[in-house]
Amino acid sequence: MHEWALAESVVATVKRVAHEKKLHRITEITVKVGELQQIEREIFEFALEQMLSQADSPMRDAKVVLEVERAQFCCRVCGTRWAFETQQLSPEIAEAIHFIPELAHTYIRCPQCHSPDFEVVQGRGVWLASLKGEE
Amino acid sequence: MDPRVAIIEERLKSIKKIIAVAAGKGGVGKSTVATGLALVLSEMGHNVGLFDLDFYGPSTHVILGASEEIQPTEERGIVPPKVHGIEFMSLVFYTGKNPAPLRGPDLTNALIELLAITRWGELDFLIVDMPPGLGDTTLDAIRLLKNPNFLVVTTPSRIAYETVSKLVALLSELGIPILGVIENMRRPSDRARASFGVRVLGELPFDEGLEDALGDPGRFLQTEFAQRLHEIALAIIQRSRGLT
Repeated sequence: MHEWALAESVVATVKRVAHEKKLHRITEITVKVGELQQIEREIFEFALEQMLSQADSPMRDAKVVLEVERAQFCCRVCGTRWAFETQQLSPEIAEAIHFIPELAHTYIRCPQCHSPDFEVVQGRGVWLASLKGEE
Repeated sequence: MDPRVAIIEERLKSIKKIIAVAAGKGGVGKSTVATGLALVLSEMGHNVGLFDLDFYGPSTHVILGASEEIQPTEERGIVPPKVHGIEFMSLVFYTGKNPAPLRGPDLTNALIELLAITRWGELDFLIVDMPPGLGDTTLDAIRLLKNPNFLVVTTPSRIAYETVSKLVALLSELGIPILGVIENMRRPSDRARASFGVRVLGELPFDEGLEDALGDPGRFLQTEFAQRLHEIALAIIQRSRGLT
């Protein structure tokens, strides 16, 4: 499962930040996920909880807050803005974008001018939005 | 903060040596050398991976003869399939015959994503087929891959030498280990050229039989090209032991 790989990267980052900030106990981790990533929320949350519970003691009891950001595109050619609609994609294409979100440029076109040259304005990637803890 | 970068080092931990096959220029046979080197090293008994980073023009799957049915498997990430004994990863698994029109930041993100989720096995060598040029993916590979050693490919053409010398200059300036230079597509009539100040590992002939052997690794390994590459591979193994 791809979600496990991403959860592993989140836990590695939390570990690094906790070490840098000399936090002895982490109380809350907020992770934001772009909609384009099409993550299975339950699997990702389960993977995060499992890995945190097995990790070093500072993060064992951390509460995980998961927020999904809607994906939006803006065409660089004609300026049209539109939202990501998974239901219009075949399962194979949805899966390709799930693994490599940049492949939106391979499979999605501007609804107005059909250009593949668009910007992912928001809703791409996985990032650690905030970390609460005690020194 | 992007967490994916934090896991890349962990993902590359099982690889003893990363060899980036680069040219700074297209059309010199870089992908053929990269794939051939992977096949030759694998034939010698080494555990080898091949990673195609030429996102605009991936071609190693054609040389390797990877059929369309072959796909990575999902297991806490993606596990590269074995093609002719080589662990193989390419964007082509997800694009098929479609183009990937990516701008710079998209190239970077696609590379980070692939590095973060690909779970390589225990490898003696990971051969990386680099894209032409000194753009985003080349700079990202230098930044993100664990201590890559570069293998530089040129042809006897003055045009290739002109461009490739800039790649060598950049790598030297950055202190990146260069295993050496391979001169590809050499014909007997070609004149000897001045070196870049980097060791020349060998010459590969312009092999008329090579085109027909593409996609058939057994036949490919019988070509004069592959046999000469075998000698070069031995020199690379020797040389890579001396470089960190």
